[in-house]
Amino acid sequence: MTSPSISEAAAAQPPARRFRASLRRQLVGFAYTIPTLIFILVFFLTPLVLVAKMSLSKYGLLTGDEGFNFPKNYVSIWRNQLFWPSVWFTVQYTVLVTVLLLGIGLGLALLVQTVSRWSGVLRTVFLLPVSVGLAAASLLAYGFYSPAIGPISPPLEALGLIDGPIPFLSSSFAALLSTTFLVVWKFAGFYMLILTVGLQGIPDDLYEAAALDGATPWKLFRHITLPLLRPSLSLATILCVTGSLLAFDQFFILTKGAPDNTTVTAVQVIYREAFQRQNLGTAAALSIIVLIVLVLINLLQFRFLRGSERD
Amino acid sequence: MMAGQKHSALGRTPYYVLTGGLAIIFLFPLLWSFYASISPQASTGQIDGFGFGNYKTMFDFGAGLPTVAANSAVISILTVVITLLISTLGGYAFARFRFWGKDALFLLTLSILMVPYATLLIPLYVMLNALGLSNSLVGVALMISMFQLPFATYMMRISFEAIPRELEESAHIDGCSTFGTLWRIMLPSVTPGLVTVGLFAFLAAWNDFFAPLILLTDPLKQPLPVTVANMRQQTMGVINYGATEAGVVIMSVPCILLFLLLQRYYVRGFMSGAIKG
Repeated sequence: MTSPSISEAAAAQPPARRFRASLRRQLVGFAYTIPTLIFILVFFLTPLVLVAKMSLSKYGLLTGDEGFNFPKNYVSIWRNQLFWPSVWFTVQYTVLVTVLLLGIGLGLALLVQTVSRWSGVLRTVFLLPVSVGLAAASLLAYGFYSPAIGPISPPLEALGLIDGPIPFLSSSFAALLSTTFLVVWKFAGFYMLILTVGLQGIPDDLYEAAALDGATPWKLFRHITLPLLRPSLSLATILCVTGSLLAFDQFFILTKGAPDNTTVTAVQVIYREAFQRQNLGTAAALSIIVLIVLVLINLLQFRFLRGSERD
Repeated sequence: MMAGQKHSALGRTPYYVLTGGLAIIFLFPLLWSFYASISPQASTGQIDGFGFGNYKTMFDFGAGLPTVAANSAVISILTVVITLLISTLGGYAFARFRFWGKDALFLLTLSILMVPYATLLIPLYVMLNALGLSNSLVGVALMISMFQLPFATYMMRISFEAIPRELEESAHIDGCSTFGTLWRIMLPSVTPGLVTVGLFAFLAAWNDFFAPLILLTDPLKQPLPVTVANMRQQTMGVINYGATEAGVVIMSVPCILLFLLLQRYYVRGFMSGAIKG
């Protein structure tokens, strides 16, 4: 492809021209990021500043800014009856989902890592629910768990194992488990994919060498797979914790807080405050609190996951 | 690899039983939703025998399925185009150029991941109203694109970084401008990355619930997820489960088809990221 005369000319450039060329190249590089920069300024940084400002004012959904009232919005969160239960509920949900999704994701990744047609089919099957949206999956579950058309209870009833339809959503604990099952079903394939990528980065000869030394499969897993999988596991943990702490669709569609507002997540409290109680100021203050907590948790996770990498 | 070699065909029977069982668990809800959407149920559009009565209910609800599906399509296509455009240019710059503020801008892009949807949606609701973009599909697409940027930019950056530099240099020496190099030489080499980013953007936009719920108050502008969620309670508080599942099927089929069609690229896009770690 290269024509010799031009490449010689390029090499023969004097220093001043080369400097100008490198400056030009810097500018060109920067120019390519201008759309990113504009997007971030307009749709990310400006709203962040605005939400911080809104949190300091009395700000009605229809009335707009009614003046500075700090720290009233923040104080009112303290007294919000839904807030603390929602924090506790969100934390329970996050721990449950993260433990299950990472465990099952890793299990699936180990199951499909052999190279065969069957494991290819399995990988596709496990990934199918990932392509279905969370709202669609929640609506699917809405019927799936209903006493009216749910498919689980009738066969069990026919066998005489249960007396009536299983109450999948009628207690807070049942609703938590049912929603967790839905989320694990929908996202397990995604975490399988992340961890499969990690598993494939581990060189085969490590296993072979250890196996020659007589290591058991458990020891191989414990001393080779797990430590070398740490970067992928860290990424998966951070994504899963962040996603779960911000859960909204599944509870908004499936439980709507029922029974008795015991399945309300933190983001649902923000939604209610903003669009049902029409108080954008308090909603903004809540958003700021959630943002700060999330940033702190992520920093902690980075530090913890990176710190333990050095062991 | 590890599990495969040591076991005989007989020893692998438990493996097939276990994985087969898991496959059934993963497929069952999807198959069931289709079954539920065509099976008869009292006080729905499908009372006697199997048929597509629930789809008719779904078709006629609210603004009507053509409008609703068109809304979803507009939001999704705009999101895919915007995301691909911005992340390709950005990813190319981050992978191949050195300039002042590069690392800071890249980190800033990734930091979008840390900010909750709700934190930005409330001020964006106010901003879009002020800009006259309330009830605008474009506003929703811009919003969803923004949340796609961290993943998309990261993906495009590692895709471009995986291309050997020689390819680009020879094109440059042949007199291609940097944009010509990007367009003619680099883009064909990052197809798996482009497809992965595009597919993710499509799935995110097609399925997004929160942004349209908040930013679109006009029922004529609502996309599928919000419409189907609203459709559940139609007549006298009786829940129309059959029509809901019909809505689920209509929402899911395009996603599943696209996913199956593009799976080859999508998995490869992920793998190319793996090598970089």
